[in-house]
Amino acid sequence: MRVHVLYFASLREKVMASEASRELQDGACVGDLWNTLCREHPALEPMSASVSFAVNREYASRDQALRDGDEVALIPPVSGGR
Amino acid sequence: MFEIHREPIDVAKVVAAVAHPAAGAVTTFLGTTRDNNEGRQVTLLEYEAYPEMAIAEMRRIGDTARQRWPIQEIAIAHRVGIVPIGEASVVIAVSSAHRAAAFEACRFAIDRLKEVVPIWKKEHFDGGEVWIGSQVGDVFPGGETEPRK
Repeated sequence: MRVHVLYFASLREKVMASEASRELQDGACVGDLWNTLCREHPALEPMSASVSFAVNREYASRDQALRDGDEVALIPPVSGGR
Repeated sequence: MFEIHREPIDVAKVVAAVAHPAAGAVTTFLGTTRDNNEGRQVTLLEYEAYPEMAIAEMRRIGDTARQRWPIQEIAIAHRVGIVPIGEASVVIAVSSAHRAAAFEACRFAIDRLKEVVPIWKKEHFDGGEVWIGSQVGDVFPGGETEPRK
């Protein structure tokens, strides 16, 4: 299956791209995609603990299964302030 | 009204969006660019959004606020791109019959927005820039998270 990946903010700068397309094995989940991307871009690895994910514009957990054509956004911590 | 703009936010338009004949109160919140942060001289803030999801999450905040408080209307506008010192990056307006609900719902909306809406803030300061929330530990000049050797 093929998924569409969106990078934002600090992650976008680390990979120097705002989007990408990735071929994954059927049955792959969000966490599998993240691990694949970290192998390609080791600069992503330190963000592992703080990154969130959205699949088709809804927050998703790492174990959520992906389907062909999904839009997966990698979401670094949002803007904060107090 | 839930919107993301590249231009300065028209505050009067956000307030007008919550006008309601049964409202006896309208509260507003403006988040503005401050010229300092954690000892750094801030020169400007730059915001980036995942617009489709950000608007969906703002709408969800509005729905939750309506369930929790007896409010009439709620509107949220967020600016993206460069926001100079003193200008608003976010404007929230809430109307209700009596003021307590409008104050509480407005406070809830900005707090929740900062937690869940996919909008990111890059602080530009004298000597560097940093994505707020993404830094690990302290920020040093140049935006590095380690002191310069």
